[in-house]
Amino acid sequence: MPKATTVGPLSTPAVSPRLLWTALVVVALMLLITYLVAFDQGAVSRSGMYLHELMHDGRHLLGVPCH
Amino acid sequence: MSLSEGSPAPTYGALLLRGLIAGLIAGLLAGLFAFTFGEPKVDAAIAIEEAASAQAQAATEQTSAAEEEPLVSRDGQKGGLFLATGLYGIALGGILATAYTLLRRRLRTPSDTRAALSLAGAALLGVVLIPYVKYPPNPPAVGDPDTINQRTISYLAILVIGLVAVWAAVVAKRTQPTEWRQAAAAVVGFLVVVVVGYALLPNVNEVPETFPPDLLWSFRLASLGTQVVMWTVLGVAFAALLSSTRRPASQPERQPVTTA
Ligand SMILES: [Zn+2]
Repeated sequence: MPKATTVGPLSTPAVSPRLLWTALVVVALMLLITYLVAFDQGAVSRSGMYLHELMHDGRHLLGVPCH
Repeated sequence: MSLSEGSPAPTYGALLLRGLIAGLIAGLLAGLFAFTFGEPKVDAAIAIEEAASAQAQAATEQTSAAEEEPLVSRDGQKGGLFLATGLYGIALGGILATAYTLLRRRLRTPSDTRAALSLAGAALLGVVLIPYVKYPPNPPAVGDPDTINQRTISYLAILVIGLVAVWAAVVAKRTQPTEWRQAAAAVVGFLVVVVVGYALLPNVNEVPETFPPDLLWSFRLASLGTQVVMWTVLGVAFAALLSSTRRPASQPERQPVTTA
C-alpha cells in the first residue's frame, strides 16, 4: 500500500475474513445463475433442455456462443 | 466501533440488495432493447436456418420425421429472452455490488458515484468490448455445432483476459507519478494484455458465405447494444441506489487512514 490517503465518508463496511467468505459464497451463487443462462443444457437446472431452449434468444443477444 | 460516532457504514447486505435491484432493472431494460432491435434479426436468421434445413431434407428425400414440435415455441423464446436478461442482470448486479464492497476503499476517488460507475465501465470494457472484437456474437444459423465446446472455452478465456487487461491498466497507471505518464502507462498495460490474449486465442470464422452480411452486422449491433444497455443501466442504477445508504452530510465520517 502506498502513502496514506483519506477519502470521503465511509461508504463500505470494513473487509473482514467473515465478509470475504460471505462475498465468496455470493459470487459463486451469481456465477451459477450466469451459468444457468449462458451454458447449462439441463445438467444443473434438471429441466432437460427446457430452460436452455427458453433462454435461447437471450444467449445469442448477450453475446454468448450458442450454436 | 473504534470509528467516530454516527451511523455506521452500510452493510454488505444493504449494498448487495441495491446491486440485485439495479441488476433486475438493467436486465429488463436490456431485454426490452434486445426484444425491439434484436428479435427481428433472430427471426430472420432462423428463417434462413430453416430454409437451409428444409432444402437439405428435400435433397435427401427424407420424410418429415424431423419436423417435431420444438420444445419451446418462438413466442416462448421471445418471452424467455426477458427471463434470460433479467437473471443475467441480477447476477451481474450481485457481482458488481460485491466488487464495490471489496474494492471501494482502493478506488482513489472520494465520490461513491464515480467509484460505482468506474467499476461498471471497467466491466463493460473487460467483459463486453474486448470479447466483442475478438469473438463478435453470431445469430442462429451461423456457427458449427461441432465447435461449440472450443468456442465456449475461448469465450470464457477472453472474458478473463478482458478483466486482466483492465486490471493491468490500473496497476500500470499507479506506478507512474505524473498524469500523462499515468495515462500512457495505463494504455500500454492494457494493450499488452489485449494483444497477447488476442494472439494466443484461436480465431473463429464460421459465417457461411451465403449468410447476408447486413443481417449479420445488424444482429451484432443489436447484441452490442443489449450489452451496453445492460452495463450502463446497471452502473447508473446502482450508483443512484447507493445514495440512499448515505448518512446526512452533517456527520462527516472519514475512512480509516492507511499507512505503508
Ligand atoms: Zn442458438
